[in-house]
Amino acid sequence: MTTLKIDIPVMADLFARGERPEYLFWVGCAGAFDDRYKKVVRAFAKILVHLKVSFAVLGKEETCTGDPARRGGNEMLYQMQALQLIERLKAYEVRKIITICPHCYNIFKNEYPDLDGKFEVINYLQLLNKYAEEGLLKFDPASLKNITVTYHDPCYLGRANDIYDEPRELIGKMTGRFVEMKRNRSFALCCGAGGAQMFKEAEKGDKEIFIERTEEALNTNAEVIATACPFCMTMITDGLKYKNKEEEIKNLDIAELIAMSLNL
Amino acid sequence: MQRPYQLHENPMSRQIIFAVTLLVTIGAFAFTVSRIMKYFSFTRPAFPIRDPGKRFNLMLKVAFGQTKIFRRPVIGFFHALVFWGFCVILFGSLEMVIDGLSGSEKVFKFLGPVHSFFMASGDVFAVLVAVSIIIFLSRRLFFHIKRFEGPEMKHRSHIDAATALTLILLLMVSLLTMNTGYVGSKSISGEEIAGLYPVSAIFAGAVNGMSEKSFLLMSEISWWVHILLIFVFANYLPYSKHFHVFMSVPNVFLSRLEPLGKMTNMDNITREVKLMLNPDTAFSAPAGDTPPERFGIRDAEDATWKNYFESLSCTECGRCTSVCPANITGKKLSPRKIMMDLRARMKEKGPLMVENGRDYSDNRSLIRDYISEEELWACTTCNACTKECPVNINQVSLILDMRRYLVLEEASAPGELKAVFNNIENNGAPWQYSSEDRLNWAKDLEINVI
Repeated sequence: MTTLKIDIPVMADLFARGERPEYLFWVGCAGAFDDRYKKVVRAFAKILVHLKVSFAVLGKEETCTGDPARRGGNEMLYQMQALQLIERLKAYEVRKIITICPHCYNIFKNEYPDLDGKFEVINYLQLLNKYAEEGLLKFDPASLKNITVTYHDPCYLGRANDIYDEPRELIGKMTGRFVEMKRNRSFALCCGAGGAQMFKEAEKGDKEIFIERTEEALNTNAEVIATACPFCMTMITDGLKYKNKEEEIKNLDIAELIAMSLNL
Repeated sequence: MQRPYQLHENPMSRQIIFAVTLLVTIGAFAFTVSRIMKYFSFTRPAFPIRDPGKRFNLMLKVAFGQTKIFRRPVIGFFHALVFWGFCVILFGSLEMVIDGLSGSEKVFKFLGPVHSFFMASGDVFAVLVAVSIIIFLSRRLFFHIKRFEGPEMKHRSHIDAATALTLILLLMVSLLTMNTGYVGSKSISGEEIAGLYPVSAIFAGAVNGMSEKSFLLMSEISWWVHILLIFVFANYLPYSKHFHVFMSVPNVFLSRLEPLGKMTNMDNITREVKLMLNPDTAFSAPAGDTPPERFGIRDAEDATWKNYFESLSCTECGRCTSVCPANITGKKLSPRKIMMDLRARMKEKGPLMVENGRDYSDNRSLIRDYISEEELWACTTCNACTKECPVNINQVSLILDMRRYLVLEEASAPGELKAVFNNIENNGAPWQYSSEDRLNWAKDLEINVI
C-alpha cells in the first residue's frame, strides 16, 4: 500500500486554466476553522478523491452563508452575505454544490433561490449513498462489522429536509450493528446547537439539551455515535466529555466512518 | 294503515320557532365572524396560496387521514374517531336543519343507501365519540398528563377544555336518545324506518314497555336538545380554543408547502440590500409608495394572516411543547404559549384597533408584555414543534419573525450573537478567524492507495 499526496483543487485556479469542475465542494466555516471538524472534511475530501469526483473548493474565497445571522434575526446581514456569495458562485459558473454542513445545505437549497441563487444542492450523504447504490463506493463489510453504531439525526437534514434514509443505509452497509435511539428520525431530539444557539450560552433551564441527547445516545450502548453535522458533533462530543465517556465512546462523522471502512 | 301519532297540533309553529332559532344562531355567528375578519384585516400578507391540488391532497392526508395525530398512535386513534365521527354526523345535522325548516322527516332518505350509510355510521360513531370524549375528560380531570400542564395553562384553559368536551358528550348522548326514540316509535307504529340505526335499535329493543308516545316524546326532546346544543356549540367555539373544530381543516389546506427548514424571505430587506450593494439600481427601482413598515413582528398586527389563522387553529394540545428541546430541559420557551399569546394579544388589541384604527397603541405589545426575549432566544429552530403539530401550525416562523423585530428594529440580541454578527460582517465567518486560514485543513493531505 502506498500513500499519495492530495492537492485540493481550488476554484480560482481551475477557472484560470479554463477548467470547470462538476461540483463545488462547500467546506463551511466549521470545516475550515473547527479543529475537530477539520478531520471530517479531510476524511470526506479523501473519499471524493477516491471516488474520482470532479470538484473544487472556493478556499479563501469561501464565506459564511449567513445562516447564523439569519436564524439570529439579522436578515440584513444574511442577505448581504447571501447576495455577494451568489454573485461569486455565478461568476464561477457553479451549478452543483456538495455540502457537508446541514445548515449550509438547507440555506443553499431552500433559501438562496429566493435571492436568485438557484443551484443543484447535494448533501454529502446523498452523494455517497448514490455512489454506494451504483456500486462505485464499495465497503469492506469486515472492517467495522463488530462495532455498534447509533445515529443522531441533525434537525436540518431530518425534519427540515426529510433526509433520514441515506445515513442509515450508509451505516447499514458498514456495520450490521446499527441501533436507534429512543427518539429517532422525525422524532429525534435536537442537539441544542441549531438556530444560532451554537454561538451563545443556552437560556436558563434545569439541563443542557446536549446532555439530554448524549444520555439518550449512551442508553443505546453503542460504541460509536455517528453524526452528520459540525454543530451536532461539537455538542455530542461535549456531552461525552461531560459524562466522562470520551475514552470509551467515539463520536464520529459518517464520512469518517466511511474513510475508516475504506482504509483511506 | 294507522295514521302515525302526531306530537304537534300545529307543526307550522314548530317550524317557525326553529327558523327563528336558526336565524339567531346564524346572526350571532355572523357577528363573531365579522369581528374576527376585521382582526384579520389588521394582519400582514403571507405567502401566496398556489397548488390547490397539492393542498387538497395534504388536507386529505393530514386533516381527514389524521396522519399527524397518529404520531401518538393510542390517544391519536381516539381523536381520529372523534374527527371521523364529526364528519359523518354532520350529514345528519344538515338533514335536521332542513327537516326543522321544512317540517319534513328525514328529508335525505331519497338518497337510499347513501342515507342509510350516514345514519348507520353516525349512530355507531356517536357511541365511539362518546367513549373517546369520556377518555379525554378523565385524562384531563383525573390524570396529570404533563402536556396539559404548564404556566400558559391557566384555570380558564382547563375550564374551556372541560366545557367543550362536555358539550360534545351531550351532543352524542342526545343523538343516541333521538335515534332510539325514532326507532322505538317507528317499530311500534310499524312505519318504515328511514336509515339504519344499529346501536339505537339495540337500545330501543332494550327499553321494554315504552309507548309509542313516550318514544316520540323522547325523540322530539332529544331532537331539540341536540340541535340547540349544536347552535350553542357553534357560537361558543369562536370564543374557545375549540375554534380548532372550524379552523384546523382550512389551516391544513393553507399550510406552507415548503420544507420545514426554509425561512421566508423578507423582500423589503432585499430591496434595501440591493440598493446598498448596487446604488445604480436606486434610480431604476420604482420608488416605494408605501410607508416603511416595521421589520419583523412586535405586536399582533405585525403577524401575517397565516400566523393569526394558526393561533385560532390551536387547541392547546401541547404536543409541540412536549417535544420542544428547550422546554424539555426546563427553559421558559413553550411553542404552545407562543401561539396562545398571539391569539390572546389579538383578542386584547383587536377591539381597540377596530375602534381606533390599526396604528393605535395601548402601550403594550406581544413582545415583552406576553412573550419575553428569553423565550424567543431559547429556540433552536429544530422544528420538532412544527413537525409534531397535528394541524400544521408553524411556531418557528413566528418565533423567528419576532427575533427579526428584536434585531432589525431594536438591535437587541444576546451579546454573543452580536459578536457573531460582527465576525460574519468582518471576517466572513461566525468565528474570529482570518479567511486566509480557510484552506489549512487541506495541508499535508494523503490518501492510501492499494
